[in-house]
Amino acid sequence: MASINIKLNQEKVSQLQDICKEFNNDKGELINVLHKAQHLFGYLPAEVQEVIAHELKTSAAHVYGVVTFYSFFTMTPKGEHPISICMGTACYVRGAEKVLDEFKRILKVKVGETTPDGKFSLSCLRCVGACGLAPVVMVGEKVFGRVSPDGVKDIIGEYTK
Amino acid sequence: MAKFKIHLLVCGGTGCRASESEALFHNLKATISEKGLENEVQVITTGCFGFCEKGPIVKVMPDNTFYTQVTPADAIEIIEEHVIKGRKVQRLLYENPETKEKVVDSKKMGFYRKQLRIALRNCGFIDPENIDEYIGRDGYMALGKCLTELTPEQVIEIMKKSGLRGRGGGGFPAGLKWEITRASKADQKYVVCNADEGDPGAFMDRSILEGDPHSVIEAMAICGYCIDASKGLVYIRAEYPLAIERLKTAIKQAREYGLLGENVLGTGFSFDIELRYGAGAFVCGEETALIHSMEGLRGEPTVKPPFPSVSGYLGKPTNVNNVETFANVPVIINRGAEWFASIGTEKSRGTKVFALAGKINNVGLIEVPMGITLREVIYEIGGGIKDGKEFKAVQTGGPSGGCLTQRHLDTPIDYDNLIAAGSMMGSGGMIVMDEDDCMVSIAKFYLDFTVEESCGRCAPCRIGNKRLIEILEKICKGEGTMDDLDNLRNLSQVIKDTSLCGLGQTSPNPVLSTMENFYEEYIAHVMDKKCPSGQCKSLLQYIIDAENCVGCTACARNCPVNAIIGERKGVHVIDQAVCIKCGACMEKCKFNAVFIK
Repeated sequence: MASINIKLNQEKVSQLQDICKEFNNDKGELINVLHKAQHLFGYLPAEVQEVIAHELKTSAAHVYGVVTFYSFFTMTPKGEHPISICMGTACYVRGAEKVLDEFKRILKVKVGETTPDGKFSLSCLRCVGACGLAPVVMVGEKVFGRVSPDGVKDIIGEYTK
Repeated sequence: MAKFKIHLLVCGGTGCRASESEALFHNLKATISEKGLENEVQVITTGCFGFCEKGPIVKVMPDNTFYTQVTPADAIEIIEEHVIKGRKVQRLLYENPETKEKVVDSKKMGFYRKQLRIALRNCGFIDPENIDEYIGRDGYMALGKCLTELTPEQVIEIMKKSGLRGRGGGGFPAGLKWEITRASKADQKYVVCNADEGDPGAFMDRSILEGDPHSVIEAMAICGYCIDASKGLVYIRAEYPLAIERLKTAIKQAREYGLLGENVLGTGFSFDIELRYGAGAFVCGEETALIHSMEGLRGEPTVKPPFPSVSGYLGKPTNVNNVETFANVPVIINRGAEWFASIGTEKSRGTKVFALAGKINNVGLIEVPMGITLREVIYEIGGGIKDGKEFKAVQTGGPSGGCLTQRHLDTPIDYDNLIAAGSMMGSGGMIVMDEDDCMVSIAKFYLDFTVEESCGRCAPCRIGNKRLIEILEKICKGEGTMDDLDNLRNLSQVIKDTSLCGLGQTSPNPVLSTMENFYEEYIAHVMDKKCPSGQCKSLLQYIIDAENCVGCTACARNCPVNAIIGERKGVHVIDQAVCIKCGACMEKCKFNAVFIK
């Protein structure tokens, strides 16, 4: 456990242990624990997974297996402004791919990556259910509808002022 | 309780909230209190009206006025003109696209005329965060009736007679499932609501949970009574924060009213509901995978039997139904099995909710009787194809479904007809495509989804789908051969026959149905190296027509990769080796000199 204490701040570790306790350290509640842990840390690095495995009395391999299975969980930190492009069918047929290409071109990152300055990260998601506004882009919690490739510059501009 | 003369219903669904409906709601409230009208006018946030294309929506009752695309700034005018002076705000009324007439009564809108809203009966009508409004619409009456007047066997009999089939896609008779779970003996059983709506482009379950969460809670309690379960679990996507919030509020209110918890309505029956969150895995919509995910494991499916009705969550008998299936239950109990069975077709009773999206004028959520034709849905309710383009196909059933074409337009929609036509009902996504969509690319798009979502447990799905997409990529690049087409078909059949769960067994459907209906497009890609819809970048070239080019340099200035060469006032040329086919030149050219070959 010593190595964990070095990388994670002790206060956060005890917060994480409290989360596990909240769910009675029950490994059946692993997914709920991971949701809360990701909310706390922003992502789920190996150290966090090890603490959880220890608290829930299961193997780190099991925790890792679950984390990598579900697309909602991430092991890399997101940017300050996470950008998600909806790749649901409705957005796809209304040109979401061209919008994505424009984001990739301007930010010079691939899907799943974060810009070197840590400002933006780019990801795809499947349907936010705002199909009437297709194609849809989310930056953080904010939804941008009817986005055209031309509009991409302006969206990024809003966050670089 | 105050009696209001006028009710303003503001849509609080995810789509409308994304277009500032919350700010609109606050402005309406503020203006009302400014004018001192708090005791006469009520503003509430409702669930989705379904007409997402023109959101945010404000409906004024009792006169059924339907305002579309309302901005927060319009609040003052609505209050001053409509509420105070009784004059409808003409510019915000919905306009009939054909006659250009303003529609003053929402019942006369083409979008609503052919709909029959049973599962969505309360969506867009009540405040989902207020249990009294649900009760005011006969809410929890069905639960009361079941607990005090009917035995579990009688309730199951009603469900069986109604002919309600599972709305999540499988179409298994709901009453029969309840009967089987009831027959399984165990000390603890579970009712599970599957709200893991992963089908891209389908959002009916979310809208029901956001707009009418109590209907699902009531139905789960009825199911619990029938199968002898005291615990219910809702497995819901973490991507649906608003639905989760509303569901939590509704569960809390139901507990306070004694409709959930120990000794419900003093009858000795106990039932409570907990939430379990999904974490973004499409395969978890499959019931065995869903159960494993609820147990904190990877959401991998297992072989059936045993069915969850016999051995499910924690090894106990578990009844899994989808959100929309549950939403139908209270109405069936209240109005009777005969009434429900009189709607729809012989083998598919009742209605179905569809999420209409894609290249269609009226994107939104609709509920129609089974047996309606695609033509009615697309042209009468959907208002036809966007920008006057030609209809090409409609994709139903999501990544497990197929494409239907012009010749299926008059086929009545029900479970069996859709399967016979090479598609399926699925959860009810309906994506409309027009002449500009390349069907090979669409097949590739769905395969891409399946490959990403395959859990990897069985080889046909894990490896087979990967090979399928590689072949499709090859075809889209213009490197395909006729042998590839044979391989596509054969491999698809093997994957269908040998995969472990529903995901793999249906994943080749988009490929097979596009090959069946649009074989000439595949041939064009393979033999002529052309993409007839101009979507596959590798197969098209942007060319400048020397006769039309005036040398204005607009294209060259806007080309992101400097692929266009030419002097001012001289003819320009695109260097094909550098061109990335982004289409910027074509967009910027004012002289129609750029065309696609």
